[in-house]
Amino acid sequence: MNLSSHLPILIVVIPLIAAFMNPLIGWRQRKFCNPLAVIAVSASFCIALLIARTVITTGRISYHMGGWAPPWGIELAVDHLSAFMCVTITFVSLLAIVYSKNYVEKELAEEKMVPYYTLLLLLIVAMLGIVVTGDMFNLYIIVEMLSLAAYALVAMSEEKRAYVAAYKYLLLGFTGAIFILLGTAYLYIITGTLNMADLSVRIQPWYGSWVVFVALALLMVGFGIKTALFPLHTWLPDAHSIAPSSISAVLSGLVIKTGAYCIIRTLFTVFQPRFVIEVMPVTSALSWIAAIAILVGSLFAISQTDLKWMLAYSSVAHIGFIVLGVGLATGYGTTGGILHIFNHSMAKGCLFLCAGAIIYKTGIRNIYDLAGLGDKMPVTMAAFTIAAFSMVGIPPTAGFISKFYLGLGALEQGTWAGWVFAGVILLGSLLTAVFYIRVVNNVYFGERKRREEIEKDEAPLGMLIPIVILAGGCLIFGIFPKIPLALAEPAARLLLGI
Amino acid sequence: MILEFILGNFNYWICTALFLIGFYAMIAKKNLIKKAMGFDIAETSIFLFIISTADVEGGTVPITMGGEVLYANPLPHCLILTAIVVALTTTAVALSMAVKIYEHYGTLDAEKLMEL
Repeated sequence: MNLSSHLPILIVVIPLIAAFMNPLIGWRQRKFCNPLAVIAVSASFCIALLIARTVITTGRISYHMGGWAPPWGIELAVDHLSAFMCVTITFVSLLAIVYSKNYVEKELAEEKMVPYYTLLLLLIVAMLGIVVTGDMFNLYIIVEMLSLAAYALVAMSEEKRAYVAAYKYLLLGFTGAIFILLGTAYLYIITGTLNMADLSVRIQPWYGSWVVFVALALLMVGFGIKTALFPLHTWLPDAHSIAPSSISAVLSGLVIKTGAYCIIRTLFTVFQPRFVIEVMPVTSALSWIAAIAILVGSLFAISQTDLKWMLAYSSVAHIGFIVLGVGLATGYGTTGGILHIFNHSMAKGCLFLCAGAIIYKTGIRNIYDLAGLGDKMPVTMAAFTIAAFSMVGIPPTAGFISKFYLGLGALEQGTWAGWVFAGVILLGSLLTAVFYIRVVNNVYFGERKRREEIEKDEAPLGMLIPIVILAGGCLIFGIFPKIPLALAEPAARLLLGI
Repeated sequence: MILEFILGNFNYWICTALFLIGFYAMIAKKNLIKKAMGFDIAETSIFLFIISTADVEGGTVPITMGGEVLYANPLPHCLILTAIVVALTTTAVALSMAVKIYEHYGTLDAEKLMEL
């Protein structure tokens, strides 16, 4: 029995078992919940690294569930993109769980602690399941599992509007699920298969049929809602700003990215690049929508005064960057889009964790009250500044690399639309600079309301370490971009078939 | 000709009508529980749609008893069984949230809740 051949299922099953163990252990002793979750997700992180190594050396891994060969059985298919997503998801969610220990003890009621960790583990399981599965219907079920965990986690917040925000999220998320199910059903009806690789072959004679057009449109709208792509983003600012900060970091950094992953999978694996670029130009439609998302999201973010609302609207803009890269469908553009998934999840995760630390220590949410925090919480605010620079795309941070690739991809297209997209990327970065630099400026140089001596009062070490690691990641992967590119570049090339 | 088209595809018409009813309830009704009922109706219409496509004319249950048997496709039923579990869970979450919303704000009117 060779254990290494079971890596794709182990990465999902280990946190799943931990999620079910959690209530049992938490029932006896609440304080063991956090170590259990940390151990389970650390194991997943190690497996993700192993998977990444295997994929780079030997290529795509295909795992047959229960020994049933596809297309009859369920296949877990791990290629470069999946491995890339696995590493991103386990890395950021591990740090979010480490951060949760101190945060949850103070910000949430005591009896919510056990369900918090159970749901968070289920959320991570679902994200990993989405990226490793090779079956359309399986994908639908896991997307729903992800959404259910996310609804409950948003409702768990102690904020006044938590239940209303969660209900709004649920209504829109469920609408998205209906569309995904209907799109999957259409694909099954015409081809008689649900396996993605098999589907991509069997669907080719049907290119040009109205059923395929409708199926693709339904899938795009469904995943668009889950991704919060403009104009389907209305649930995002409520849900992401009201959720507990550690959950906001996971929701904004990872959950909406898995929606983007589903869009990439549907466009380039289930359908062929030839179809989505030429026959039914979904990619160029997505690019235009994404360009609008970048501008509108940034403008909304500028008008916010609440720190977490601003970060949430910034996510709308940055999902635009990712989808724009996917929609460009050029080598550099798609590499940039995929790379931005990783860079944005690190930077946005760091920013939300910093916001959580600020709320934890001072309770301030308004960005104009942040003056003087640079002296009070120097480490947190330094990390915040680095992550903010990464969001803007100032070298040598990681955000610069992905935006550089996006710009190259836009120009690579060689049409007038490509120049427009390049302009939008520049303008979007400038607008991002407006609202992040405003916060940083306020923190370090803002006018203090009370002229008293400010004592240094940092967040506890358990919260600082994840923040510092994420901020360090923003710098390290900006200086050594070859590390994530080793997976992102072949992923884009394999998807586009170039 | 047209009559044949309508009668021949009656399962699709029923599903479409149910879907639209459900979608209308989700959008237009103000009460949160009626919205939940709306999305259940819409989802059920899709379940019916998928199951109705599994039917084979003259087909029986897919149990082999030796020999060639014409049977209905069993896979859509299995898929929908799973999807029903998902729909049930979502409904349970939605209704429990509605209970909590009523406890906290004393109303289930979506428009009043948006003003908070």
